[in-house]
Amino acid sequence: MTPPNVALPLPEAVVAPARPRRLGFAIALGVLVLLALAAAFPQLFTGTDPDAADLGATLAPPGADHWFGTDQNGRDLYARVVHGVRPSLLIGLGATALALVGGILLGTLAAQSGKVVDQLVSRLLDVLLAVPGLLLVFLVAAVMGASGFTAVIGLAVGALPGFARVARAEVLRLRGSAFVEAAHGLGWSRARVVFGHIVPNALPPVFALGTVSLGAMVVASSSLSFVGLGPKPPTAEWGAMLAAGRDFLSIAWWPAVFPGLAITAAVLAITVVGGRVQSGIERRGR
Amino acid sequence: MSGPLVRVRGLAVDFGAPAVRGVSFDVERGQVVAIVGESGSGKSVTARTLVGLAGETARIRADELTFDGIDLTGLGRRWRELRGRRIGLVVQDALGSLDPLRRVGAEVAEALREHRIVPRAAVGETVLDLLAQAGIPEPAVRARQYPHQLSGGLRQRALIAAALAAGPDLLIADEPTTALDATVQRQVLALLRERAAAGTAVLLISHDLAAVAELADHVHVMRDGVFVEEGPPSQVLAAPRHPYTRALLAAIPTAATRGRSLSGTIPSLDEPGGRPEPGREVVAVRGVAKAFRIRGRAPITAARDVSFTVRAGETLGIVGESGSGKTTVGRMLLGLVAPDTGTVAFDGQDWAALRGKERRAARRRVQMIYQDPLSSFDPRYTARQVVAEPAGHARVPELLGLVGLDEATVDRPARELSGGQRQRLAIARALAAEPEVIVCDEPVSALDVSIQAQVLDVLVDVQRRLGVAYVFISHDLGVVHHVADRVLVMRDGEVVESGDVTEVFARPRHWYTRELIAAAPGRAVAGAAG
Repeated sequence: MTPPNVALPLPEAVVAPARPRRLGFAIALGVLVLLALAAAFPQLFTGTDPDAADLGATLAPPGADHWFGTDQNGRDLYARVVHGVRPSLLIGLGATALALVGGILLGTLAAQSGKVVDQLVSRLLDVLLAVPGLLLVFLVAAVMGASGFTAVIGLAVGALPGFARVARAEVLRLRGSAFVEAAHGLGWSRARVVFGHIVPNALPPVFALGTVSLGAMVVASSSLSFVGLGPKPPTAEWGAMLAAGRDFLSIAWWPAVFPGLAITAAVLAITVVGGRVQSGIERRGR
Repeated sequence: MSGPLVRVRGLAVDFGAPAVRGVSFDVERGQVVAIVGESGSGKSVTARTLVGLAGETARIRADELTFDGIDLTGLGRRWRELRGRRIGLVVQDALGSLDPLRRVGAEVAEALREHRIVPRAAVGETVLDLLAQAGIPEPAVRARQYPHQLSGGLRQRALIAAALAAGPDLLIADEPTTALDATVQRQVLALLRERAAAGTAVLLISHDLAAVAELADHVHVMRDGVFVEEGPPSQVLAAPRHPYTRALLAAIPTAATRGRSLSGTIPSLDEPGGRPEPGREVVAVRGVAKAFRIRGRAPITAARDVSFTVRAGETLGIVGESGSGKTTVGRMLLGLVAPDTGTVAFDGQDWAALRGKERRAARRRVQMIYQDPLSSFDPRYTARQVVAEPAGHARVPELLGLVGLDEATVDRPARELSGGQRQRLAIARALAAEPEVIVCDEPVSALDVSIQAQVLDVLVDVQRRLGVAYVFISHDLGVVHHVADRVLVMRDGEVVESGDVTEVFARPRHWYTRELIAAAPGRAVAGAAG
């Protein structure tokens, strides 16, 4: 219990966040670089066709010929995991990007418009937030049919309200600040002030939220594939591979374990790097 | 009672870089000792060392550092026996230092309970007594209110009441009046004087030489971690020995400095061709009124029948205390606030009649300089971008040259500039729009005296060269007297007096103007310098 009259701001060194552990970050960054390379150039990592079935070697255990073994159709699991990077991560990435753009636009619209539009947009966002995300994707899939594209749209719609809320709050905060007033004072048009000064300054917190939700989006997209609402077979997608391998768990562990490990590693790496990016953005904002 | 209450010899505080480099002083019971200096001089660190709050990273060395015979070096957990109980601390930001969720009375009561000063049953009564002693009217009402319901002056008094609760032998006041209006500042300083008369030792930390001069028994002038001058205020003010003290005194704007350069960097206006002749009338404000309505409360009148004109090349000062409506008037000039009645016209054209493109074009003719310039810059921008946005890259060197910002600073983010540099940058941006009028809202209030002097000189110099008109809003009569040609005195949204600045300040007709002048702390300095 400190008496009220000695409430002093702490020196900066005391309140500065502890430096994130370097080793974990380095590993996560390395994993991300490998994933990016595998997504862009899967041939760099394997020469095997991920869809080539060899019915003479179904469910072969991991070994020299097949590093991760083969699945029930005799397809090389290592090749499938490598080729699976692109579809597995792109859905999450695409959904996040779409949700970010949509969220920023909607949030800005709500904050910059009159009471009526703001109320309409905000209540619409409330409705979206009230519906569980996965249910929303099922709805989109039911209307548009199951595909990778549907998954992107569904996930984006589910994540959009969060980004829109943050963007709206930021724009509202910035709208009243002195530098915005000064920009109006220079005679700039409203569009120029909004897109030249307000929106760029509102972005950092929205992006910070985006980087941390990316990991969750990847998990969600895998979940969709797992229940069959993702890309169509025979596309090598981790969630779908996991679902297929699950049926053979009693006789072969590898078809389920390797895609599962890939998802885990990717999400961990994205979360660790995303967290660092977020704290970086926040530090710069102060 | 042998020897001084506080004895400091050779105190040095180090945060990696030295902040205080060997200062020595005493504080006696019943005495007010002031340490005066600018930002970074080490004055606050010195004060905080006396309450053990210099910070965890501080390395403290001293030949002697005692309070009532107790060695303060290496006190450790025993600090709690002294802090709050025998040494009270009052800091500048009264709103930040009071718990917003606690009533004022509870705040003061906590100090009493924490140190078990009075029996539990008597706490309530003692709280009211303390609030009354601190000069708070209707203590019973105020004790039940929350900090945000109190004015700045009352909050500062509540803080003093809390600091005095335990009946400390030493009261340390770190910039206790900086955020306050002159009349309130005077009352708070008088309160400190009263406590000293009652036997408490007071250590006052301030940047304002003029304000402490009227109060202190002994003044130390601090710079770069050392005392450059000390003595009774009469001596320090009348016969400063150190060049820094002399420069500091010369930099204080007063009636006597009119037309002279405060920082010695620009030619005097009294030389031939120095003072620009006021030109045509550019702004005409006729009978404007504005009331702000907040649901569930009585409307607040910010302006009532305010009329004035501004001519090209002249400076119109608007003085008044917080809530007098002076900022609202400035915002009406900028077209940011529309008057309820009356008109604001530029060259005969009414602001209210302008729409769309015309209105936007008109905006460039009147620019604003804020008290906190940094908040008026896009946080992402470098100094160059701030000016280049309205001016184009080609004119950046010319504009920065006009306000004396050197090339080395232009590609740094605006937030990395010093306070003086930021305000120069704000002036450069305002000039970029080639305005006829610049509204300056407390442009130098947050600056140290020597920096304030430079910025005021820049403003005067720019006006001499470009013939731009200023509407200069300030609570500081000295500053207004220095820069303005004419002055409006505002109170509760009304202009109570207006006219030539020298005339109004020399022969005030309205009682409120007289009160403001009496409360202005600059008189001792003006007298000494004149």
